[in-house]
Amino acid sequence: MFAKILIANRGEIACRVIRTARRMGVRTVAVYSDADAVALHVEMADEAVHIGPSPVGESYLRGDKIVAAALATGAQAIHPGYGFLSENPDFVDQVTAAGLVFIGPSAASIRAMGLKDAAKRLMEKAGVPVVPGYHGEAQEIVLLASKAREIGYPVLIKARAGGGGKGMRRVEHPDDFSEALSGARREAKAAFGDDRVLVEKYIDKPRHIEVQVFGDIFGNVVHLYERDCSAQRRHQKVIEEAPAPGMTPALRKAMTEAAVKAAKAIDYSGAGTIEFIVDASQGLKADRFWFMEMNTRLQVEHPVTEMVTGTDLVEWQLRVASGEKLPKTQSEITLSGHAFEARIYAEDAAKGFLPATGTLHHLKFPDTAPEGASMRVETGVRAGDAISPFYDPMIAKLVVHGKNRQAALEALGIALSQTEIAGSTVNTAFLAALAADADFSAGDVDTGLIGRHQQALTAVPPPSSEIVAAAALAVSGAGAQTPTRDPWSSLAGYAHFHAIARRTRLRYGEDDILALVSMRPDGRFQVALDAPYDSALDLRAAPRLARWPDHVTVFSGAVGYSFAVPDPLARADEIAAGADSLRAPMPGLVKLVRAAKGEAVIKGQPLLILEAMKMEHTISATHDGTIAEIATEGAQVTDGTVLVRFAEEAHG
Amino acid sequence: MPALTSQISPASDTFRANAERMRALVADISQKAATVERGGSDEARERHQSRGKLLPRERLAQLLDTGSPFLEIGQFAAWSMYGEDIASAGIITGIGRVEGIEVMVVVNDATVKGGTYYPLTVKKHLRAQEIALQNKLPCVYLVDSGGANLPNQDEVFPDRDHFGRIFYNQANMSAAGIPQIACVMGSCTAGGAYVPAMSDETIMVRNQATIFLGGPPLVKAATGEDVSAEELGGAEVHTRLSGVADHFALDDEHALAIARRIVKNLNRKKEIGLALRDPIPPLHAADELYGIVPTDLRQPYDVREVIARIVDGSEFDEFKQNYGTTLVTGFAHLNGMPVGIIANNGVLFSESALKGAHFIELCCQRKIPLIFLQNITGFMVGRKYEAGGIAKDGAKLVMAVATARVPKVTMIIGGSFGAGNYGMCGRAYSPRFLWMWPNARISVMGGEQAATVLAVVKREGIERKGGQWSAEEEAKFKKPILMKYEHEGHPLYSSARLWDDGIIDPGKTREVLALSLSAALNAEIEETSFGVFRM
Repeated sequence: MFAKILIANRGEIACRVIRTARRMGVRTVAVYSDADAVALHVEMADEAVHIGPSPVGESYLRGDKIVAAALATGAQAIHPGYGFLSENPDFVDQVTAAGLVFIGPSAASIRAMGLKDAAKRLMEKAGVPVVPGYHGEAQEIVLLASKAREIGYPVLIKARAGGGGKGMRRVEHPDDFSEALSGARREAKAAFGDDRVLVEKYIDKPRHIEVQVFGDIFGNVVHLYERDCSAQRRHQKVIEEAPAPGMTPALRKAMTEAAVKAAKAIDYSGAGTIEFIVDASQGLKADRFWFMEMNTRLQVEHPVTEMVTGTDLVEWQLRVASGEKLPKTQSEITLSGHAFEARIYAEDAAKGFLPATGTLHHLKFPDTAPEGASMRVETGVRAGDAISPFYDPMIAKLVVHGKNRQAALEALGIALSQTEIAGSTVNTAFLAALAADADFSAGDVDTGLIGRHQQALTAVPPPSSEIVAAAALAVSGAGAQTPTRDPWSSLAGYAHFHAIARRTRLRYGEDDILALVSMRPDGRFQVALDAPYDSALDLRAAPRLARWPDHVTVFSGAVGYSFAVPDPLARADEIAAGADSLRAPMPGLVKLVRAAKGEAVIKGQPLLILEAMKMEHTISATHDGTIAEIATEGAQVTDGTVLVRFAEEAHG
Repeated sequence: MPALTSQISPASDTFRANAERMRALVADISQKAATVERGGSDEARERHQSRGKLLPRERLAQLLDTGSPFLEIGQFAAWSMYGEDIASAGIITGIGRVEGIEVMVVVNDATVKGGTYYPLTVKKHLRAQEIALQNKLPCVYLVDSGGANLPNQDEVFPDRDHFGRIFYNQANMSAAGIPQIACVMGSCTAGGAYVPAMSDETIMVRNQATIFLGGPPLVKAATGEDVSAEELGGAEVHTRLSGVADHFALDDEHALAIARRIVKNLNRKKEIGLALRDPIPPLHAADELYGIVPTDLRQPYDVREVIARIVDGSEFDEFKQNYGTTLVTGFAHLNGMPVGIIANNGVLFSESALKGAHFIELCCQRKIPLIFLQNITGFMVGRKYEAGGIAKDGAKLVMAVATARVPKVTMIIGGSFGAGNYGMCGRAYSPRFLWMWPNARISVMGGEQAATVLAVVKREGIERKGGQWSAEEEAKFKKPILMKYEHEGHPLYSSARLWDDGIIDPGKTREVLALSLSAALNAEIEETSFGVFRM
């Protein structure tokens, strides 16, 4: 076994690898960019090496710096995690050339699976079913169109070098083919620098089912059953599970055999995943699945496999890479229960899953697994960490395991509703809605499910009056003082006869809310709200909420309702806007005038230069507006002289 | 310490009758409070709001910490005076918390006669300042006033305790390190201009606040200059040019947020030099107080029943329990604070007065605040008692009360008559706070005694001339006297004239005393130096 390894990754996967390595007594080296200087993976590792600025191209994709870091720290092997350099055969060559071990397959295996059409041809040869389609080199439009007719409409045009849905077009009718083709090519060119495409049969009710395989250097290959990743939105996996719902013994046998065959065909060693597309339009049939691609790395969703097989795939990776045999034979690998993984992202589901950034001022996962289930939270962030625009905005993976699918799904729903994140928009409500979706609950999934139900899954009900009241109460500062013996603290709300009510302002989305907070004679607070909320409420249950700068978030189930709290003191701009004129701060000479009467100017724009006391003072616009009057160049002015007057309409 | 045991039966008819009567009195006062809390007329309020201004109580709430207690002072000032409704004398005063510290807040109510100063407005403003001075409470003035009420100028302008005293107090409080903060939210004309100008820090609200010695009409008359109020003394002028004000605010909410920030930066910390305990509630329910007090003031009851319902754990360590039993003295804790309680349990005798003086000496020596529970018809009269020197013994009590420098808080729970008022720390003896229950009565003597005294004098005069005076004639003579005393002895009559700081709900006695005491403890307790006790 290695004494020390370097993890060429960040975030949750780096933390995940470090945990297993530590358990096995293997020391760890983290690498980090500027943005990750104080990241969790850096804190967790035994050592950490800075490898460059925040953009991935200058840090996590810099194979040379990573290899140098490994050599400098005496690491014997490099774990690539997923993404970044994990499927880059040139990097593997770099690593091995430096005398280090790449924890993953050989460069040759990666290359063999790298180009989709080549991989498909290889699989076809090995007897693995592939989707009917054309994967040839020739790219003339006439040829591609005729191949499409052969395959039969509807067809799918895909970028050969593609992934993530880019350069992909579904074509219903031959007439639309040429336009769809040029669109796909344009996207492919932009995304991958390669505009070559392939054409495939379009499958009506496709499910994405993948098989986890593992090989060692002795030529052994096992599978660890399948995962279902059909719950996708725009080809991004959302909730993954193992085993696949409705899986039949016949299909499982056929798929796992094909997967092992595929791995063996490329002498595969390490963790890999064979992705299949399954036509579920007539239920799961053993002859209705086709090879799509092989991922020659550990998958994001590997924990669900670990949960149902009781394995640690990172441990397997380290063992196999250090030259050991596979820890288990095929017959020793058994399935137990059901597992789900939900990917918690910083994104705005209601706004078309727009990626979000922000600081995770409040981050709280369930302390314990729901009754009868077990749970793992894989995360690479702590409260106070930022979601930066440089990297994938995934915050955490919530992984639950139950004795059956229903139990596991219930546990997932509970765990999501106990998760509290504030500071960035997150998708927990969407995940919880999906987990509760009738079709999803029934196991009736396909890759189009989320798209069809998107409206319902992403709609957030408006906050209830209780939630608004709880937010108002929290920001009003009621009861915020540390309780002391002083009656001025403990006798909150005292009045001789009638309590006074304090106004509290909140903003929810575009709505301004005015709440009146007062104390009742029984010592409880009362919040009065304008329509459409209930007029007066008193709060019974202590709400779950988080205060963070200028905001409060109230958690209700898996939904976090965030309210902005306007700071009445943060109105400097408005004060500036109130100034209809700019005056000379001291006596001096108007040296240069840079704006003219009638000119529209913007805030901060230099308007003139005043020379006084041998210094040049720039007088700039304090707000947007139109110049009504401006001093003339060369004029000698006294202090307080109006230099610039704004037109009337500029007022607040 | 043994807890007081109660002899009261809440199920008894007497208790129920007492409680019913007291609740009716409280309900009446509460309803009257609601009336004055509205401020001016609906039209005046609407006009005020239409200018984008918050109502005075909204301003007050916005200034205070959410949930802060508000110990209002002089709520019923000017009640039923001046022949029209001058709610709370057009000014709201009281103690509340801002950024965790207790401040005295003075809020002009421009919806009441433009916030102009009636004689009682001045008196109330000065009373608020007196409390601030005695208890070292920073003052925040929310200014929106037309200045002196001109028809009443002779009673608001020239005398020592008239308008000018406001600025005198500001100057001297500032000198004593008691912060003076003004937030100008409306007009602030002539003499009134000195409130912001004499303050340590001043805020002005754009397009609302104006400060000038002479308004536009006066300027026009004096110099012929045409100028708008805003140009003459608006926030822009005073924060950018004149320096009369320091902070420019966009509106009321902004201004009040700035005021809060100013208080936050005062660098004040309340240091309480007393041995505090963890507060525990009384063993007996506070609302039983309603049923304890007899409907007839002359009917005696044990004041320990009241004490048992206001002090921590109902624990009361009596001093000289068996001596001078008409005055009950002893130590207790009130919301964790040590207090010495002096309470009437009947008419004052020499022994009672001596006991009271002795107890006050103890409290001053030990720096323990004093609470007076006043229910007193007066000192005992008669040859035996005069010969026994009750006057000099009463004087000892008055001497002790007058010169005691520990915080004193007086609660009038029943009668407050004659010299008993003095011996029990009436208004003239400068208790830090003086509160009244709604059943209380205050006058130089009881109406019955006064009528009888006058009738005796009258009968003597008639009979000296050989005349006859029938019982019917005597009753007819006494009736208006009784009515006058009843009217003028009423707590509302007292509160209207600021003889007290307010009428409270007896069920909240403990809270009011705790807040009063705690507010008083913002000032360090001074050493007491008594005068000559006549021996």
